[in-house]
Amino acid sequence: MLSGVDAPQSLLAGWGRAGATRATVSRPRSPDEVAELLRSPGGSGVIPRGLGRAYGDAAQRSGGTVVDCTGLDRVVELDEAAGTVRVEAGCSLEALLRAILPRGYFVPVTPGTRHVSVGGAIAADVHGKNHHRDGSIGAHVRSMVLATPTGVRRLDAGGEDGALLDATTGGMGLTGVVTEATLELIPVETASIVVDTERAVDLDDCMARMVARDADYRYSVAWLDALATGRRLGRAVLTSGDHAPLEALEPGRRERALAYAPRAPIDLGRLPAVRVLAPSLGAALNEAWYRKAPLERTGEVQSLTAFFHPLDGVGAWNRAYGRLGFTQYQFVVPPDAGEVVRRVLEHLTRRRVPSYLAVLKRFGAAGSGHLSFPSPGWTLALDLPLGVPGLAATLDELDELVAAAGGRVYLAKDGRLRPELLAAMYPRLADWRSVRDGVDPHGVLCSDLGARLGLCDDGSGGSRR
Amino acid sequence: MNDVTGMPQTAVVLGGGSEIARAVLVALARHRLRRVVLTGPTAASLEATAAAAAHAGVEAEVVVHDLTDVAGIDALVRQAGDRLGTIDLVLVAAGRLGTARLDELDATTVAALAGANFAGPAAALVAFAKALAAQGGGRLVVLSSAAGYRVRKANFVYGAAKAGLDGLAQGLRDALEGTGVGVTIVRPGFVRSRMTSGMAPAPMASDPEDVAAAVVAGIERRAEVVWVPSTLGPVLFALRLLPSSLWRRLPG
Ligand SMILES: Cc1cc2nc3c(=O)[nH]c(=O)nc-3n(C[C@H](O)[C@H](O)[C@H](O)COP(=O)(O)OP(=O)(O)OC[C@H]3O[C@@H](n4cnc5c(N)ncnc54)[C@H](O)[C@@H]3O)c2cc1C
Ligand SMILES: NC(=O)c1ccc[n+]([C@@H]2O[C@H](COP(=O)([O-])OP(=O)(O)OC[C@H]3O[C@@H](n4cnc5c(N)ncnc54)[C@H](OP(=O)(O)O)[C@@H]3O)[C@@H](O)[C@H]2O)c1
Repeated sequence: MLSGVDAPQSLLAGWGRAGATRATVSRPRSPDEVAELLRSPGGSGVIPRGLGRAYGDAAQRSGGTVVDCTGLDRVVELDEAAGTVRVEAGCSLEALLRAILPRGYFVPVTPGTRHVSVGGAIAADVHGKNHHRDGSIGAHVRSMVLATPTGVRRLDAGGEDGALLDATTGGMGLTGVVTEATLELIPVETASIVVDTERAVDLDDCMARMVARDADYRYSVAWLDALATGRRLGRAVLTSGDHAPLEALEPGRRERALAYAPRAPIDLGRLPAVRVLAPSLGAALNEAWYRKAPLERTGEVQSLTAFFHPLDGVGAWNRAYGRLGFTQYQFVVPPDAGEVVRRVLEHLTRRRVPSYLAVLKRFGAAGSGHLSFPSPGWTLALDLPLGVPGLAATLDELDELVAAAGGRVYLAKDGRLRPELLAAMYPRLADWRSVRDGVDPHGVLCSDLGARLGLCDDGSGGSRR
Repeated sequence: MNDVTGMPQTAVVLGGGSEIARAVLVALARHRLRRVVLTGPTAASLEATAAAAAHAGVEAEVVVHDLTDVAGIDALVRQAGDRLGTIDLVLVAAGRLGTARLDELDATTVAALAGANFAGPAAALVAFAKALAAQGGGRLVVLSSAAGYRVRKANFVYGAAKAGLDGLAQGLRDALEGTGVGVTIVRPGFVRSRMTSGMAPAPMASDPEDVAAAVVAGIERRAEVVWVPSTLGPVLFALRLLPSSLWRRLPG
């Protein structure tokens, strides 16, 4: 064992808290220690882990080694002239925001939680509410340092190792451990967003509004009332916004325009009653969320936290789903296949699978990551409690709908995709495999997700199709 | 790998010739099951299961092995691991009903029934549990029986052995906490299978396919105990409270 690297055994699961497996966890404190771990692997594979916000089994390895990257957490350098930041991969977006916002910069892309690491964000090629305008995070990575089993590489956008960069962006940690990255930032005048809110009465209304308005805003998303059925199916609250210019703030608040102090969350996991109440609470919250939203309101100034990370206000909310945990089903279908969104919602209603959270978004152009999720069209994300009778079969049926429409599901949310569908959903899989075989010829890097989907070999010689 | 809904891609069946096991494999094949190792004492019944598995799209390998040969169990575990890589699920379906007629029960017969229904399966269960814990996770599904819940004169040797296996599986489940290995105990009532052929079905009888559906649902719920049918649990709970003077007079 390496000196300075703790290696206890832990039971690890994703954010959905299902499918936990045991692994040896190492927490390297330097990029050199990461490289050393990859040189002398043991067990059934090595996989990096950031903050464990992937919903499924992407950041765990049964019987293997999980490289906890959160010890590499420095913000190395903010280059104000270039508008870029060099940051270690285990740094959270929250910590990064604390460092850069007061100096007038925002991250190029943020997912719906700030508790993700930079490395995890790159590995999933995360998207945010600005995807239709700015693309996914991979489009804003200037360079990165990647530790692979065959050595440490520096990868520059547009440089020689472009294929490895593309295989790593969205590559779910299976091409190596990102140890640091240089990201292009968005200059901002304030830590606020000017938000327009509108209500849509049903899915057609919602989609029509998004098509008509998205282009006018940098950020846009719709929260569907996932429990509404029939005529109200797809009723939604749309929020759209742009970074607030200084003049948008009341004069008294301009002094502290860039102050960023997200409050510590209330810890939901500590309240056992919440678990029991979750199902009825879910319905009530969806109803309340829809009712509370104004029919139409423009120009409201919101904090970044309220706009981008509302769920972060409640800590450990994933525990509310109880012992069996939950999963998220997120898919994208091409622009002309918006009908699939309706069919998915209807199918879940028919199969009596409740969803307590449903978010709809229009994606813009795809990035260059081989296994990157976003591609132009509609993406719907649904939180679903596990243990609902027949859920496994129902999700298989949804996969068929999505695949038939030329769509795909998001690996960062996945814990159960039918492996046979992966190649159809990710047509650049063969490119990805050839790059991976080059940097990891002996198959050192492997996660439970990778073994399950045949992205890495689990030692039986039979998992790869 | 087991997925987050609990569905396995690989499995080992102990008692692979079992009709119930056959139905379970076919049901799991509709989900993620793709490769399986079947072990049991008789090639013919194993091959029948292998054929059913192949028909359902599952690659099966047959290993002839009698669980009462406990010295061979470690080799069996190794062989299954080499074959499958990760062993996602182990299904224990071995069992023999045998006789409960006192005039037929000599010491050898009793010991053989205890071996086929308890000692052999128990030894294998523990050996596979250790292998699964070492690989970081997995699921053990144990076909216990309603017959072990309160032992009846009609099949008391079998029932007592099943009670032992059921108890072992409960304790093992607790011992495995924190390892990522889960245990599901299945307690069917009367199932119309080879084991019961020629017998008049008892009340609340079911088919191997019913057991299979209940097992899949039980895995999805990460259930600790699955009764088949589900209503059997409360019924037997009540019957267990009967005074023994009444219990021994119940038919069957
Ligand atoms: C509430 C919530 C909202 C979310 N909203 C969005 C959203 O709007 N858009 C979106 O795109 N995603 C969203 N996600 C998903 C999340 O952004 C991704 O799963 C992200 O990968 C999580 O980062 P992490 O640091 O927690 O990574 P982990 O979950 O720890 O790991 C995820 C993957 O990244 C790999 N990885 C981690 N660190 C490294 C590294 N240093 N080098 C190489 N690979 C690494 C892991 O191996 C694994 O495959 C959301 C998740 C939650 C819980
Ligand atoms: N049928 C019921 O009513 C019922 C009810 C409750 C529980 N169960 C349990 O469910 C399981 C499956 O039973 P089933 O109904 O499917 O009957 P089955 O078809 O007779 O299956 C039992 C299997 O166990 C095998 N076996 C017997 N002794 C063994 C040993 N020493 N080592 C390895 N394998 C051995 C048998 O092998 P062969 O192929 O050589 O015979 C047979 O394939 C059994 O554990 C049974 O006790 C059955």
